[in-house]
Amino acid sequence: MSALLSLYGVSKRFRGLVAVDHVGFEVSEGGIFAVIGPNGAGKTTLFNLIAGMLPPDGGTIIFAGERIDGLPADQICRRGIGRTFQIVRPFPALSVEDNVIVGALLHRRHVDSARAHAHEVLRRLDLYDKRDRRASALTLPDRKRLEVARSLASDPKLLLLDEVMAGLRPTETDRMVAILRELNRETGLTILLIEHVMRAVMALASRILVLHHGAAIAQGMPADIVRNPAVIDSYLGAEALS
Amino acid sequence: MIVRLIAGVPGRGLALLGALLAALTAAPLFASDYLLTVLILILYFAYIGQAWNIMMGFAGQLSLGHTLYVGLGAYTAAALFVHFGIGPWIGLAAAVPAAALIGAFIGFLAFRFRVAGVYFAILTIAFAEFARLGFDHLSWTGGSGGLFLPVSQFTHNDLWRLRGHPVMFYYILLAATALAFLICRALLQSRVGYFWRAIREDEEVARSTGIDTFHYKMIAVVISAAMTSFAGVMYAFYYNNLFPEQVFHILRSIEIILGPIVGGVGTLFGPILGAFVLTGLAETLTAALAALGIDLPGAKQVFYGICLLLVVTALPEGIWPWLSRRIGLAEKSQ
Repeated sequence: MSALLSLYGVSKRFRGLVAVDHVGFEVSEGGIFAVIGPNGAGKTTLFNLIAGMLPPDGGTIIFAGERIDGLPADQICRRGIGRTFQIVRPFPALSVEDNVIVGALLHRRHVDSARAHAHEVLRRLDLYDKRDRRASALTLPDRKRLEVARSLASDPKLLLLDEVMAGLRPTETDRMVAILRELNRETGLTILLIEHVMRAVMALASRILVLHHGAAIAQGMPADIVRNPAVIDSYLGAEALS
Repeated sequence: MIVRLIAGVPGRGLALLGALLAALTAAPLFASDYLLTVLILILYFAYIGQAWNIMMGFAGQLSLGHTLYVGLGAYTAAALFVHFGIGPWIGLAAAVPAAALIGAFIGFLAFRFRVAGVYFAILTIAFAEFARLGFDHLSWTGGSGGLFLPVSQFTHNDLWRLRGHPVMFYYILLAATALAFLICRALLQSRVGYFWRAIREDEEVARSTGIDTFHYKMIAVVISAAMTSFAGVMYAFYYNNLFPEQVFHILRSIEIILGPIVGGVGTLFGPILGAFVLTGLAETLTAALAALGIDLPGAKQVFYGICLLLVVTALPEGIWPWLSRRIGLAEKSQ
């Protein structure tokens, strides 16, 4: 399969701190790719560079055959990259349905067709029955799903998920994993996720990149990554082996 | 068309709106001259409040200098009338684009250079002040001495030239307020309205949801400025005199935003309700004080202050969201 997203030597510096240090990887179309690493490794910064919230200081980002590094966030989203935020940010005063309609309107002119599409997405994410609630009134797991729903409604080719499992109970994590798998299988959606919950990473990812101090220290199949001594040393710890 | 217009409105809401419209339509038959001028003032603020609400309530952009657009509309139409005898309705064709253009200019400056929040509000004040000082020295519009429209004894209502009895202005403003309500509702339920509310809630997230926030904020400013300038034209032809010190004064801008804040920012009916509550009660107070023979200059301002204080502490979302829940007519999402 060809690469939908490719990064070559992408860097970002905050004054003296190198947050992302010449990172390069490829996400193949239809794949699920995970970025893991300890806190402060530069994972969210990497996402912000891809999604256009921050311009990279160096390197190239190619999405669907075109360079996107340095483009503003809205243009990148319109090209087909959707994202969620680590600290969830639904539009608080809007209803669940309206949150998702905003996403659905990106590539739809009419509110009616956007609403129909939003309902479809809400059903898929088990939020349909809560569609009339204010987003601010939802529980954390629901807000996380709402973020995914809003992003998904804009028909992305690539979905960036920033720790959507964090704070979820194991059963909720399993449900989210099932939903993402289903999406990936049925719609061919490519997913790039940052995740600490290894249970989810192992269940989902076909490839993993490990960041440490901004640099990629390992990349490969999940089974190889968990046996990689450098990864165990810096992040997973020895107990991950057992 | 009509089906679309009333789609999603609960029956009781329609009945209430209809009753209100009928009462307001019939009001001049019963109202005294004084009451009529109060009603004109209420409708005037209800109309402008709705226009301001598009920018602040829908798109989240706080304008504290909205009287700029009132003044631009007023001065453009009045000057064309005084100097060239061009009637107000044709004057509108110059006044509205002029206000929209200035609105676009301010919006462009602010949004292009990421001036947001409080700083944007200050910028809007600054432009209203520029206009006040500028018009003070613009001799073509009479400078600080004022611009006066010729007034003659009304023999009949000349709708085309807007010369006539206050009743004529009353009906024009009533129609404008009703039309603005429909426009606001259509906008809020459209694609633009969804994007505005997304921007209002969280601009950064809106942008990463693919919304060209610059573009949609510009639309909000231009529509709001254009609608506001219409009220300015009516102002000019109703009062027949314009002074920069009055028209462009920051107090006028504050008066504009009090109604929507008291009624409910971002709601459809809030600005209208707010105008009725504030202007209605303030005039009642003035009349009551006058009847009691008490002369208290500034009583109205103090009253506005008290109202604002009460609403902000007891009902921070405004009266309408609370009231609409009480009577079971809550707007689905505000």
